[in-house]
Amino acid sequence: MLGFITRRTLLAIPVLLGIMVVVFFLIRAIPGDPCTSLLGERATAEACERFNEANGLNDPIWVQLGIYMKNVVTFNLGESIRFSRPVNQILIERLPLTIELATSALILAIGIGVPMGIIAARRHNSAVDTATMAIANIGVSMPVFWLGLMLAYLFAIILKGTIFQLPPTGRLSAGVFPIPYYEVWGWEITPDTTWANLNEFIANFYIFNSFITFQWDVFWDAVKHMILPAVALATIPLAIIARITRSSLLEVMNKDYIRTARAKGTRESRVVRSHAMRNSLLPVVTIIGLQLGALLGGAVLTETVFNLAGVGRALYDAITGRDYAVVQGITVVIALGYVIVNLLVDLSYGYLDPRIRVGGE
Amino acid sequence: MISRQKSIEILEAQSAQHDLLDKPLSQWRLTLRRFRGRRSGMVGLGIVVFLILMAIFAPVIAPYPPNEVLIGKEDVGPREKPCIHILGCDENKPQHIMGTDGNVRDEFSRIIYGARISLTLGFFTVTIALLVGGFFGAIAGYVGGWFDNIVMRIMDVILGFPSLLLAIAIVAVLGPGLQNALIAIAIVAIPAYARVMRAQVLAIKESDFVQASVALGSSSRQLLLRRVIPNALTPLVVLATLGVATAILEAAGLSFLGLGAQPPNPEWGSMLAQERNNLFTSPLLVFFPGFAIMLTVLGFNLMGDGLRDALDPALNR
Repeated sequence: MLGFITRRTLLAIPVLLGIMVVVFFLIRAIPGDPCTSLLGERATAEACERFNEANGLNDPIWVQLGIYMKNVVTFNLGESIRFSRPVNQILIERLPLTIELATSALILAIGIGVPMGIIAARRHNSAVDTATMAIANIGVSMPVFWLGLMLAYLFAIILKGTIFQLPPTGRLSAGVFPIPYYEVWGWEITPDTTWANLNEFIANFYIFNSFITFQWDVFWDAVKHMILPAVALATIPLAIIARITRSSLLEVMNKDYIRTARAKGTRESRVVRSHAMRNSLLPVVTIIGLQLGALLGGAVLTETVFNLAGVGRALYDAITGRDYAVVQGITVVIALGYVIVNLLVDLSYGYLDPRIRVGGE
Repeated sequence: MISRQKSIEILEAQSAQHDLLDKPLSQWRLTLRRFRGRRSGMVGLGIVVFLILMAIFAPVIAPYPPNEVLIGKEDVGPREKPCIHILGCDENKPQHIMGTDGNVRDEFSRIIYGARISLTLGFFTVTIALLVGGFFGAIAGYVGGWFDNIVMRIMDVILGFPSLLLAIAIVAVLGPGLQNALIAIAIVAIPAYARVMRAQVLAIKESDFVQASVALGSSSRQLLLRRVIPNALTPLVVLATLGVATAILEAAGLSFLGLGAQPPNPEWGSMLAQERNNLFTSPLLVFFPGFAIMLTVLGFNLMGDGLRDALDPALNR
């Protein structure tokens, strides 16, 4: 198993390096330079010269690449040219929101998608099956931003005044402030240390933070704000997961060992749960890993629709504003997360299907 | 025991059903037959044909040119509610089936013309991705060795990005616009085709009929173009159909972010983005373009699924 893990991990490294190089050159290929985009069209040549010198933009391109690679490995992601703040700080503020959003969406997608698929498969060719698959087909076809806006209209305007009313924008209502857990618990933390940054990062998971500190009003407010974006973002993965679960389970249910289990007189629910489910999970897990990419892409759109200050939105702003360091930093973090998740998916194969593990060693 | 006469009758009855005795069914005819048997696939095909007709005959169907501003020409204001005469709208008011948009243009006409943009875009991105990806995949699979390695590692890197994010980055390099969005989406889609093509080529390369062709002395070029690639195309056709759906969805996303089609182009994603801030006062102007996108994507998805089922050898029993 260890050899399997090591080899899979090593295989991810060239891809990660490749991604970093691509991002580095892609962002430098964007027309217009950071100087005019920041100091304005009428910036003098002198001012631009000083600006470029100060930001290391006059170095040969391969020196810049080398510095960038070294910095990434040491988690020094540079400084945003637009905001004059470290990229790390931007990530600390914004990444938790995106992770919270993507996780909620993923939980929704798995929690509803898998049972939907199972029900459809167990009642193959029934009305339930047809209806579920029709819903799933419509689900994959919906543009995230459209669904988001329609949900916002439904829950903020049509259902206004009912208990189903939900806020259409933002992360918290005006006037609601979460107190970080370390302040609630009276921890002494020296500012500007890695420890302080880490704690700040964790505290920015509002739902988590307010939950562990029992700030229930903040908790409910944060959850309420999260529902619509999460549902909008979850729809496509949910539909895909439901479809894959159904087809995978259908395939397994035709296998000989299922017939054997039934012939032995095992109860149908047990056949499905113990014999079929685990064997049909492999494709489902694969697709969940792949959907993470879609979730991150969708996060840009969802964050735009619901006015959420997450990483997706920050990345979009940084690309259009030619904020090199921010684009690089966020892309590297996203790619890293993506690669890690797919690594975990690969590793889970070994757990779900011992044949892969043994064959790999 | 069945008499000889009887068995002939049975065979005849079967051949009447399948015309098995007259001529052997080609792969495509078999596929077509199976495709026709799938309801959802046929619904998808219906939607797609409907949209294609709508796009072709847009000037005939649409009551107004898509970019005509009606200020001073008709008695309508911006963002007016739909007015349909047969549903009891005042006969004296001009008919606007989906109302007017923020610039006092007929929303219905713009939606109709939007089909042209989305379908063209879906078709071209998939064609580019299919040609480029198929080309590199075929060569990588056929030649193998270092070329295969390099090509597939590049594909891995492209796949390492969430596709929409990479598309955004590419459009940022090329500059916003419909054409550049098209290129970006095509680039992002290439690895899928390359991978499938490569896998197909690898499998077909070893099959007996290719080996026979080698033994007969065909050149590499001939082998690849006349034996391998034609036989590898089936799954790519399915992928391409589904790819049109993805391309349209991604293009709409880019346009929504302001990176794709630019106003006043009647592109659905950009129409939706323009009216986004008026969601709470005129939700229909957001609803219609989004619904059009959904219907188009749904059509291609259903058709692709139907095709896959019809072409899947596993179901070929």
